[in-house]
Amino acid sequence: MTETTQGPRERPLSPHLMGWRPHATMVGSILHRITGSALYGGALILAGWALSLAAGPDAYQAFMELLGSPLGKLVLFGLTLSLFYHLAKGVQHLFWDSGKGFALPIANMATIACFAFAVAATLAVWAIAWMTGAL
Amino acid sequence: MVQLTLPKNSRVQKGRHHAAPAGSGKTKTFKVYRYDPEGTENPRWDTYDVDIDNCGPMVLDVLIHIKNTIDPTLAFRRSCREGVCGSCAMNIGGRNTLACTHGHADEPGHECSIAPLPSMPVVKDLIPDLTMFYAQYASIEPWLHTTTPEPQKEWIQSPQDREKLDGLYECILCACCTTSCPSYWWNGDKYLGPATLLHAYRWLIDSRDEATGERLDALEDPFKLYRCHTIMNCAQVCPKGLNPAKAIAEIKKTLAERVV
Repeated sequence: MTETTQGPRERPLSPHLMGWRPHATMVGSILHRITGSALYGGALILAGWALSLAAGPDAYQAFMELLGSPLGKLVLFGLTLSLFYHLAKGVQHLFWDSGKGFALPIANMATIACFAFAVAATLAVWAIAWMTGAL
Repeated sequence: MVQLTLPKNSRVQKGRHHAAPAGSGKTKTFKVYRYDPEGTENPRWDTYDVDIDNCGPMVLDVLIHIKNTIDPTLAFRRSCREGVCGSCAMNIGGRNTLACTHGHADEPGHECSIAPLPSMPVVKDLIPDLTMFYAQYASIEPWLHTTTPEPQKEWIQSPQDREKLDGLYECILCACCTTSCPSYWWNGDKYLGPATLLHAYRWLIDSRDEATGERLDALEDPFKLYRCHTIMNCAQVCPKGLNPAKAIAEIKKTLAERVV
């Protein structure tokens, strides 16, 4: 008879995220979380802008130059995209909270519409900024 | 907690390749998750070139073909082979479904992966340990609760009230939805998961049930119910075409309406 001193070894965990083929609604949910986090950073930038305004013309000038730099513009572009995506997705969540829009074709289409709205609205805002000479 | 990688003992290694025998017809490669609980090695991906001209149309047919003609050590659960028992739920091509109702021709490309249901402890090969899943289902007490004296005949229900159970009673508890849910992957010990919550809703709206208040009290918990963030993987993968995400939303709505 063989000795059985050791218990069975710990069971492995089966693959999850790494093996999953994502759906539109899953990507939409992840982006909602990421853009929401990005907007926290955006709120800090807005607070920084208000602080620099209160601190006088020199500080304001420096802050505006920082925001106007290529990197600053990239961050602001990302924040605009985040804001519009988070807004659109928030509206979809309002429908979901009222129990509507759960049929798969509708949920998928609405999620893709959120992506499209975010891109279109961001491009529109930046086009207006460019046309009015704000860039 | 969110875990983007697998624990050390769970990392899947490259396994063996089983080529199709000479004289085979058209072949397709299946990458199958293997784990031997009696060995000492980590899980591995074995690949099998399957002669699909001499094999049935479903992924379950492929697995049976592999077990019968290539590798008898492969372990998987199966029973009814017609989508009513839920035994052969697994992850095929990166999505959870039933092997018996999913055609291998529906998987694009030359290679198709077959793995156990995601983020579950693996007993052997494609067999996950569903103990927690069943315990969570039992925790919502999935039977009729009544306080009024039992009627002489049966508890009656109008056809309209019976219709409310459509889209819920069809659930076969295969665990495809629950193990597709990222919230369940990260908080599976505290979050009840889509299948259990769909059943919770099924008893909440049953006109014959008299414990609606107690059932809602039990669900009003930051983790049990509210870890659902409407990712909707559950509805996307349900092999019976049910919508657990909607059922969960209805529970949240009922809880909100109870307060206002």
